[in-house]
Amino acid sequence: MSLWVDKYRPKSLEELTYHSELTNRLKILASSDFPHLLIYGPSGAGKKTRISCLLEELYGQGVRKLKTDVQTFTTPSRKLDITVVSSKYHLEITPNEVGYSDRVVIQEFLKDVAQTKQVDLSIKHDFKVVIIHEADSLSRESQAALRRTMELYMSNVRLILCCKSPSKIIDPIRSRCLLIRVPAPTNDEIIEILSDIAKKENIKLPLKVAKLIADQSNRDLRKAILSFESLYMEYDDLKENIRYKFTDWEEIINDIANKICLQHSPEERAGNNVKCEILEKAAEFEHRSVIGSKAIIHIEAFVINAMYIIGRHKEGLNQNSMDID
Amino acid sequence: MSSFFQNKGITYTRSAKVSTSSLPWIEKYRPRSLDNISAQEETLITLRSSKDNLPHMLFYGPPGTGKTSTILALSRELFGPELMKTRVLELNASHERGIDVIRERVKNYARSFIINDINKKGPGFKIIILDEADSLTKDAQEALRRTMEKYSELTRFCLICNQVSCIIPALKSRCTLFRFKNIGTENMRNRLAYICEQEGISYYQETLDELIKGSQGDLRKAITWLNNASKLHINDKVTVETIKETAGIVPDDVINGLIESAASKSYDKIQETVSDVIASGYFAKQIIEQVFFQVLKDLRFNEKHKFNIGERLGIIDKRLADGACELFQVLSLMCTISENMD
Repeated sequence: MSLWVDKYRPKSLEELTYHSELTNRLKILASSDFPHLLIYGPSGAGKKTRISCLLEELYGQGVRKLKTDVQTFTTPSRKLDITVVSSKYHLEITPNEVGYSDRVVIQEFLKDVAQTKQVDLSIKHDFKVVIIHEADSLSRESQAALRRTMELYMSNVRLILCCKSPSKIIDPIRSRCLLIRVPAPTNDEIIEILSDIAKKENIKLPLKVAKLIADQSNRDLRKAILSFESLYMEYDDLKENIRYKFTDWEEIINDIANKICLQHSPEERAGNNVKCEILEKAAEFEHRSVIGSKAIIHIEAFVINAMYIIGRHKEGLNQNSMDID
Repeated sequence: MSSFFQNKGITYTRSAKVSTSSLPWIEKYRPRSLDNISAQEETLITLRSSKDNLPHMLFYGPPGTGKTSTILALSRELFGPELMKTRVLELNASHERGIDVIRERVKNYARSFIINDINKKGPGFKIIILDEADSLTKDAQEALRRTMEKYSELTRFCLICNQVSCIIPALKSRCTLFRFKNIGTENMRNRLAYICEQEGISYYQETLDELIKGSQGDLRKAITWLNNASKLHINDKVTVETIKETAGIVPDDVINGLIESAASKSYDKIQETVSDVIASGYFAKQIIEQVFFQVLKDLRFNEKHKFNIGERLGIIDKRLADGACELFQVLSLMCTISENMD
């Protein structure tokens, strides 16, 4: 038995429920000339689902017959293994797997693919599709290498780049692709999908519970469906007064956050300034933890800073009240 | 073709073997002769007058102003399409261009003599085009110095870059500098309208306005956007919305919504709005850019406020480039804006 996330994943463009305008757009693209695509959106919005539906629309059922193999490349310094998922019509790679050597993958592997023409005449289109996952983590050099390949071999290969945010994709690549934004589903849309699944599984799902799950999912459909399933596993019948179960890490973080604010009463930390200051610190330390290699140091520094800000604010309040006295 | 693949990364002129139907418009409508290049009059006059004895050249200017097109058109006029294949070597950033390439390939090419053809067409030198020269390493540029001087009889170099400050002074002093200025609204409009006409595309006037505004003077960007958007509108007119969506531009009301949330001075309101925008998939780099332009136009900000916001923007842009979380960075910018507001 597969997870509900996979079981109820739409298989074709017709089955997609939300973003009907986007679906239309994909349909037009599949029927006419098909450019390079750059698909972006938050996680759990349905990027990959849309890509596989698009492929289905392009080539038919055959794209579902997938095989996985490992290709090996040798660079002067070391051997690289990369997993390639492929069907007769398309290939999927995640260059991120090999870290800094991703340029080799782009220059060697992708060029190889791009240089071979589709020979099977029975296939509808004479180009192959290459899907590059996590394109935003491609290094600058490999993005630069991609530029020329994209122009030169346009007749043999079309790329679909899939990423969370195109901020880190260099401008020349971005301007060569057709950008497709996949927004996260709204809470209402999530509720609709959840109740749809409930109906198919013959489960009673009170609206209130559905709402709760949707609220907690942060507009991430995958997370919503997964937590719905785990809730169902746990309780069998879902009553209205159910307690939403956070995942382990969420529980722990909530716990820490509570401890940080423990010595202060709520009205003391509600101020706008405090929130802004803490946010600024959060932005700063999050950035540092991305650059640095040891996350724990930055987390500790952030906690100290947050406590300091809250503490200082409290002192300020006390002083103010003393002044009035 | 086979010799091209063995050459690992060096292309002898444009050898794109793409059928014309799927050829990107940017290649299809590249100006073929110097007469077709608009807005760069002074450069063209100088180039035309020194056509028979070219100096080393350094072209600089913002992207999409026709630097590469100019040198390609010039070489086409000098050598003709046939001779161009052997007389022009074009290298750009997507090729391996470390110091060894400069030492080996460029040097070898530069010092090779021309075996004169029977018709004796064209001038007696070759051209090496180093496109996107600002991405050449410093070492590679140093290595180029002597090569440029020694073989100047046989080979003329043309360096192309966006920022002239990325080229070392030693190279600068060996070249004639040509500045390429922005193409200008009118010229862009004419070109876009011409392409639409050729491709049989119907459009609204506003569509062209949006293309010109959104691309900020980069004609290449404008043409690619038009190219992409036209694929979605086969039977109807290309709309402003499609251009914006396919180019990744954030709609104005979203940007205004963000600024209004900052004006409310309530942190919770700001967070709600920003989370919503990020969840809609718009990406931070574009958001902060557009927000800043909007701030510049807004009368609620005085000079000092704009200084503060501009400074913060610099920090945030750096952080985004390092790969920091988008939500936090946009929130941080909006908080700064909120603090710096009347």
